[in-house]
Amino acid sequence: MGRYLLRRLLISIPVLIGITIAMYAIVNLAPGDPVTALLNPEQMSNLGPEWVEEQRQALGLNDPLPLRYLKWLGETVQGNLGYSTVDRQPVAETIGDRIWPTLKLMLTVIVISVVAGITLGVLSALKQHTFFDYLMTFLGFLTVSIPGFFLGLILIYVFALRLDWLPATGMYTLGQPRSFTDDLAHIIMPATVLGLAQAAPIMRYTRASLLDTIGQDYVTVARAKGLKESRIVVGHSLRNALIPIITIVALNVPSLLGGTVVIEQVFAWPGMGTLAISSVTGRDYNVLMGINLIVAIMILLSNLLADVIYAFADPRIKYA
Amino acid sequence: MSTADVRTLGATDAIPERRRGQRTVWSLFRRHRLAVAGMVVMGILIFIGIFAPLIAPHDPNAVSLANFREPPTSEHLLGTDAQGRDVLSRIMYATRISLSVGLVAVAIYVVIGTVLGGVAGFFGGWVDSIIMRLADVILSFPAIIVIITVVSIIGPSIFNVMLVIGLLGWPPIARLVRGEFLTLRGRDFVTASESIGASSPRIIFRHILPNATTPIIVNATFGVAQAILLEAGLSFLGLGVQPPTASWGNILNAAQSFTLLEEMPWLWLPPGFMIVISVLAINFLGDGLRDALDPRARR
Repeated sequence: MGRYLLRRLLISIPVLIGITIAMYAIVNLAPGDPVTALLNPEQMSNLGPEWVEEQRQALGLNDPLPLRYLKWLGETVQGNLGYSTVDRQPVAETIGDRIWPTLKLMLTVIVISVVAGITLGVLSALKQHTFFDYLMTFLGFLTVSIPGFFLGLILIYVFALRLDWLPATGMYTLGQPRSFTDDLAHIIMPATVLGLAQAAPIMRYTRASLLDTIGQDYVTVARAKGLKESRIVVGHSLRNALIPIITIVALNVPSLLGGTVVIEQVFAWPGMGTLAISSVTGRDYNVLMGINLIVAIMILLSNLLADVIYAFADPRIKYA
Repeated sequence: MSTADVRTLGATDAIPERRRGQRTVWSLFRRHRLAVAGMVVMGILIFIGIFAPLIAPHDPNAVSLANFREPPTSEHLLGTDAQGRDVLSRIMYATRISLSVGLVAVAIYVVIGTVLGGVAGFFGGWVDSIIMRLADVILSFPAIIVIITVVSIIGPSIFNVMLVIGLLGWPPIARLVRGEFLTLRGRDFVTASESIGASSPRIIFRHILPNATTPIIVNATFGVAQAILLEAGLSFLGLGVQPPTASWGNILNAAQSFTLLEEMPWLWLPPGFMIVISVLAINFLGDGLRDALDPRARR
């Protein structure tokens, strides 16, 4: 297992390097010069073009692109992601403040979507070809067809603005001591919006794989032994069906991350998504690059984590 | 295998298969009621998109400060927005924009995906490895994050949105086409046409690619729905189609202000419903097409 993990980690390094090369190239296509962008035009006319040229030389901006990339990579590996051009903080700190809210939201969404997806999937498999089953299929289509931001706006309109049950935005009430109920009230709406879209594929999968096992020998044997129907479903059919859900969750991490960008913006959630949008409007390329890098690492790690959990969940799987 | 065998195969198998196939495709599709409903809805939306200038009651960009933020009246069926523009007319014109973005973006990536998938599957080796690893990386990265990074550099516009979605969407199509090449290359009918001296392009375009059209059509149908959702999200964030051009997403952009959200539901509910209706219709249509066209998925 340890050796397998090490090998997997080593394999992901070229992928990460590939992503950073692409990112570096894209960001360097950006118009504008980093030296003149930070100065006001008045100062610049005093300093003259020679000074700008000197600064460019000093900052290494006249080096060829591949050399600059290698220097950037060297700094990045040491944890230095550069400075945000907007709030003048180190990028690593700016992102560090924002990564936990996003992770908190994502984990809540994963829990909601797995619980809801499995429960509804089992129910619609047990009630195959009933009204409930068709309704669930339709709702599954609906949740992947409704834009998350629109569902979010509807929820804000109904539950925050009309009924005034839940706070519309933010992660906690400012100026009040943090409490679990307050945090919960803030996370319900964004997590529900994202969770519904994520639950749909899990529900479809659970339903299909449960229906697949109905004709299997071991289910017939369980039934012949006189087990209760609920024991058969939970203890025999479902057990085997559940393991691949780990893979579904892991494969959906990119779409979940993409979803959080928009949903964080709707609910003013102080995470990486709102940071990404504000750095686009502020043209803060260092922060954008940092976010891209963190997202890439998060996705590679989630795939790796899925493999590890898989090995624990299914004893037949052995990684050499 | 001799040429005679090839001819018999073609005579007894292929031709009746096709005639029978066409009948079953339509009857299978018809049986999927939601798919038929989806097709009808899309027909109506495409009609609205094409004939927007003829059926829209007002000029979508005519600013009128005299009657801004007006609730629905008989003159303005869906009211007016913060600049006094007629919301119904803007939604009709937006239909044209949002559907075009979806169709053009998907057309771009179907072409790229078919070419790259074909090249990878036909040539194999390191060409295949490079193309497919690139596809893996793109697939595993959230599209919207790449798109907002690129858009922040090249600037938001309707053209850039189409282009970026088009350039990032090809991996599923490429995988599909490549898979079709790999399974079909060793098949008897391909070997047969090779043995009678058919050229590579003839084998690719006449024998292998036609087999991939069904999954490509199904995939592209779902892709249009995805592209419409992406465009709506980007325009909602202000990074997609730029005003005054109306798209469903950028009309919703106004709802980011809670005063407008609370007091003017006629402004943001209708464009949102248009997105839901069109994406739902396309997804049902795609589901029906898959059931009807794909014999492997037939139950």
